[in-house]
Amino acid sequence: MSLVAKLYNNVLRRSSTYALAIVTGAFFFERGFDMATEHLYSEINKGKLWKDIKHNYAPAE
Amino acid sequence: MAGVAGKFVKSGLLRVQSNGIIQQSHLSTLRELSVGKKAGLVVVGSLIGGAAGLAYTLDQSVKASGLDLHAPHFPWSHNGMFSSLDHASIRRGYEVYKQVCSACHSMKYLAYRNLIDVSHTEEEAKEEAASIQVTDGPNEEGLMFQRPGKLSDRFPSPYPNEEAARNANNGALPPDLTYITAARHGGEDYLFSLLTGYTDPPGGITLRDGLYYNPYFPGGAIGMAQALYNELIEYSDGTPATASQMAKDVATFLKWAAEPEHDDRKKMALKALMLFSFLISVSYYWKRHKWSVLKTRKIVYKPKSE
Ligand code: HEC
Repeated sequence: MSLVAKLYNNVLRRSSTYALAIVTGAFFFERGFDMATEHLYSEINKGKLWKDIKHNYAPAE
Repeated sequence: MAGVAGKFVKSGLLRVQSNGIIQQSHLSTLRELSVGKKAGLVVVGSLIGGAAGLAYTLDQSVKASGLDLHAPHFPWSHNGMFSSLDHASIRRGYEVYKQVCSACHSMKYLAYRNLIDVSHTEEEAKEEAASIQVTDGPNEEGLMFQRPGKLSDRFPSPYPNEEAARNANNGALPPDLTYITAARHGGEDYLFSLLTGYTDPPGGITLRDGLYYNPYFPGGAIGMAQALYNELIEYSDGTPATASQMAKDVATFLKWAAEPEHDDRKKMALKALMLFSFLISVSYYWKRHKWSVLKTRKIVYKPKSE
């Protein structure tokens, strides 16, 4: 059985597992997407953000 | 096959209308309206158009376009679509505000807690707050009393009321600076130009006592004297305190004060644009996928020949 067929038969075919897959998929996607964009944003603005200058004023925690 | 096709035809959805003009007329809903209703629509339309034109001209007229000098666009480091504010600059701008501008201008919508994780650590913000005296009360005896400031306290105002502020400034009211970049055309560009733009009045213009010449201020005569001079203050991070450096920093600080959501907003823009450009390509594919069946089907009409 190919991977796609396996996925279809075990997850996507039944509504209950399909819904569950959507919920867990959304959870992990959002976590990953947030981390990626967060990283991109702090790369674009490197040196300007508070977290880049914080160490000048507070001892490292 | 013919039976199926016949069903389709009878459904009316696909019934052919021999007259092409009739078909076209269905695209316009105006055709069925009576003359009176059409005239009504025309009147409403011209009213809306006229009101928009009037609003535009009125807006133009308050800009007094003509003699006043418009601030140029400066290359702020937060100009980009995804560019955050420069937080080191915000911190220096706070020092400028505190040591110079706060003598005349209030920022009564900003509290010390707002500085935390923007320009100051929590400890530092507490120290800043503790350096002011706040009237609190009443206590058990019904008396008001003074206490050191807390994080939740707003910035102190230099004058108790508007009359006192005018009285101390030749009748001119120094506006609250919290939202000033949002309240002036040109925002931080205007602010920077105003603070660095003081000159001698051109020949032929005499100013009343207590007024100063600034070509960026509408009318040219402003009640605020030049506030920033080189080396006026000393920055705690060692940056040379030139007048233009201080003007840039205080403008950045005031931009943050007026739009504290600035950085988050641009981060959300980045996320939204990325996500929606993915979703729009998915929906485009989905639409093509669903329509491909409709667009490629053929309906055959085969009359019974026998
Ligand atoms: C000596 C008191 C004084 C100081 C110090 C001072 N201002 Fe002013 N400011 C005024 C007065 C008075 C006005 C009102 C001027 C008017 O309406 O003619 C004013 C007006 C303004 C305006 C509004 C201009 C407009 O378009 O209406 C801005 C912006 C401004 N000040 C920013 C600052 C900044 C930033 C600083 C600190 C670098 C500062 N001021 C320091 C007294 C002061």
